[in-house]
Amino acid sequence: MPGDEGGRAEVLARIRTALSTGASAPTRIPRGYRAGTGMATPALIELLTERLHDYGTSVRRCEAGGVAQAVREALAERGARRVVLPPGLTLDGAGPAGVEFLAGDGLSPEALDATDGVITTAALAIAETGTIVLDGGPGQGRRALSLVPDYHLCILHASQIVGIVPQALERLEPGRPCTWISGPSATSDIELDRVQGVHGPRTLEVILAGS
Amino acid sequence: MRIALFVTCLADGLFPQVGQATVRLLERLGHEVTFPQAQTCCGQMHTNTGYLREALPLVRRYVEVFEDCEMVVVPSGSCTGSVRHQHAMVARRFGDEALARRAEAVAARTYELSELLVDVLGLEDVGAYYPHRVTYHPTCHSLRLLRVGDRPLRLLRSVAGIDLVELPDAEVCCGFGGTFAVKNAPVSTAMLADKMRSVLATGAEVCTAGDSSCLMHIGGGLSRLNAGTATVHLAEILASTQDSH
Amino acid sequence: MPYAPRGVGHLRGDQPFPVASRAALADTQLRRNLGKATRTIRAKRAAVVAELPDWEELRAAGQAIKEHTLAHLDSYLEQLESQVTAHGGTVHWARDAHEANRIVTALVRGTGAAEVVKVKSIATDEIGLNEALAAAGITAHETDLAELIVQLGHDRPSHILVPAIHRNRAEIREIFLREMPGVDPGLTDTPAALTEAARLHLRRRFLSARVGISGANFAVAETGTLCVVESEGNGRMCLTLPDTLITVMGIEKVIPSWRDLEVFLQLLPRSSTGERMNPYTSMWTGVTPGDGPQRFHLVLLDNGRTAALADPAGRPALHCIRCSACLNVCPVYERTGGHAYGSVYPGPIGAVLSPQLTGVEDNASLPYASSLCGACYDVCPVRIDIPSILVHLRSRHVEEAARARRVPTAEAVAMAAASWVMASPARYAAALRGGRTGRALRRGGRIRRLPPPLSAWTSVRDAPAPPARTFREWWRLEHGDPDARG
Repeated sequence: MPGDEGGRAEVLARIRTALSTGASAPTRIPRGYRAGTGMATPALIELLTERLHDYGTSVRRCEAGGVAQAVREALAERGARRVVLPPGLTLDGAGPAGVEFLAGDGLSPEALDATDGVITTAALAIAETGTIVLDGGPGQGRRALSLVPDYHLCILHASQIVGIVPQALERLEPGRPCTWISGPSATSDIELDRVQGVHGPRTLEVILAGS
Repeated sequence: MRIALFVTCLADGLFPQVGQATVRLLERLGHEVTFPQAQTCCGQMHTNTGYLREALPLVRRYVEVFEDCEMVVVPSGSCTGSVRHQHAMVARRFGDEALARRAEAVAARTYELSELLVDVLGLEDVGAYYPHRVTYHPTCHSLRLLRVGDRPLRLLRSVAGIDLVELPDAEVCCGFGGTFAVKNAPVSTAMLADKMRSVLATGAEVCTAGDSSCLMHIGGGLSRLNAGTATVHLAEILASTQDSH
Repeated sequence: MPYAPRGVGHLRGDQPFPVASRAALADTQLRRNLGKATRTIRAKRAAVVAELPDWEELRAAGQAIKEHTLAHLDSYLEQLESQVTAHGGTVHWARDAHEANRIVTALVRGTGAAEVVKVKSIATDEIGLNEALAAAGITAHETDLAELIVQLGHDRPSHILVPAIHRNRAEIREIFLREMPGVDPGLTDTPAALTEAARLHLRRRFLSARVGISGANFAVAETGTLCVVESEGNGRMCLTLPDTLITVMGIEKVIPSWRDLEVFLQLLPRSSTGERMNPYTSMWTGVTPGDGPQRFHLVLLDNGRTAALADPAGRPALHCIRCSACLNVCPVYERTGGHAYGSVYPGPIGAVLSPQLTGVEDNASLPYASSLCGACYDVCPVRIDIPSILVHLRSRHVEEAARARRVPTAEAVAMAAASWVMASPARYAAALRGGRTGRALRRGGRIRRLPPPLSAWTSVRDAPAPPARTFREWWRLEHGDPDARG
């Protein structure tokens, strides 16, 4: 862009001049905070479930092979009819009766808005904060798919749960667009009364498979 | 022990009873108190208002007067805070590294009263008697700069006859803040109103603290309201005995 | 080092703090709302911080990372630029608010769009972006509920995190009824109803938006990743659905590595909203084909930050991660609110950041808008020693004022006189004795009235009557010689 060159050179020059006063700064970052929790999977499952409940997110437990059944039950309870299925997500057995699965590709935001919900997998979950992370991997799709529909059903496996944030960042691949979800959207902007359900999916449900 | 007293300009000029109580208390505990007459002021008011150049001679004076003393006691959390956290900075600001190091050395031997009693003399019960309902206000400098923690409360709890009640919202600033009380008097007053409300809610006869400045502010407000609650410095309570309370 | 220019943006108030705060103190609704809000968030913050066994270690790491980053800011910004560019984004450098506004306006124009959706970004408020876009015929729709309330109410934000805290639900309902097209005339004022009205109003905009404008909480130099932390989902909407995304970010927001996010993503949510984690955090790197905006522009903003960088004692103000924990514990802010500070950065951090961005003399009253209680320093997640920086800026003000004036102020004269007196024990002792004449002012043991400027004291408080004897006079009487044994 014309004129941008001047800005870059000048800002960098200002920074260098500002730093020439030579104030000292640490060469080593003290990282005495926790790197992990040492929690075993059952404890992680319990903690994650408790934290998800705190956010008003329901958690459906099932065996590793029982995901498809859990999905059918969740969708039936929800009364969802038109559900988005991201690329890479397959369900064993017959789909739920009366439910039409839509491939996410090519759906405009308006079209997504007209669906009843979306099912995704996740990259991982963080037990301490009750966080689910999506990074666009198989079964998750592009970000709009898990943003616009009003109902988000997320399939997690117990082996995907880590204890704390540092462990999550270790496992995630930088460079992929990702979304960290900790409960349904909320605002406390009106007199500090917390109201759930603003722009993101107002209902988040989790299927937690395995042990 | 031989303990030098830095009485502070505020106590020297307006609240001599605070200095007197400190002397009486330490003498009663068997120590020798000296009062180097060449002392004046720690310079906190100047430093905190931005007049560092004018604070420098006061820093120098403090260092010169006290650097040969084994130990210095100060009945003020804010003055101790200034000595400990600001004197060297002021010296360095004007390129006097030697003075800065001397200031740091003296600061290491300068103690706020409750620090001296608890940490150096190892005491919680100083043999005091004070049969009144008292509430304690932890002044901001004592609380956050010096981190005296619960030392003053431990000392107060050991006072015979005392009826100690907890102050609600104790850790909220009283609103004095030095020249803040004059430059931003309306906000200072709003903060004072809430502090007085907390004090009066305790039903205490006396509000105490380790800083004459905050007590002057809170006490001035209570006095204006004829609230019937007075402010008394921590030193005065600890110095009080059966014979003199 | 150039400061943020005058005449653009919102870093300077119309009135100095002591004047502006007077009106705020009398605003009973503000006092109640703000008191309740800050008390609530304080309690929440304390609870979630107490849960972590390694909070102090996190703070130490956060402080060190920020210090280190600023000490090498040029190389980290260059690295960030290189990574963003390698991943399909474009980086622009804005020297000041004017330039940033010009760049963003040109970028929006280039898309042909006449409106944009915005995620809350204090940096864009700082530079007055919305006004600049409006002047170019481009409408910027704020999408944060609070910012929407502020925008529809033709108002200004009063808190970094909860910008509409000065509004109650009845006022918000009135604003929506008046300004929101297509709103239900039977709208009630329950927060749920108001939020639903906002949701419907904004959803139309989100689904059709072509250009989104955001700020950024963090930008990772190592990977070129940007990170936005939010609660409502409007961030995700603006960052994902439009075809073009423009992010305006202060140069101090860059962090060195991907790993460093682990520190800040723990410090920020607990410090700001008092939650273990905020509902949504979005991270993206440049452009990802088929997912989100296909055109991404990062505008790096100086606007006085290099001036702050150049002052080693003031520089730590740039460590700020905009959590607002300091606002929520400040007894001054709690009673005056944000408008009294005149800048989009109010409260304790505002008092040290705004004057450094604008030059101290343009915000000379802000460093004094504090009793130096230190509560802010205790809660700052990156350990910014705000009280020390306040004292430092006060000294800069005194020096700059002295340089600018030929005749010293009355205050400067008084301070110099006091220093002169107190530098000499003899003069000092004489002055103490002289102070005794004040005893004549006492009535019933107290002094109720003093002449100005000390009348500010006695207008609300009694002053102590000077004693009959000073301490040193008592000492001399009791102990004889000076320095005598007790």
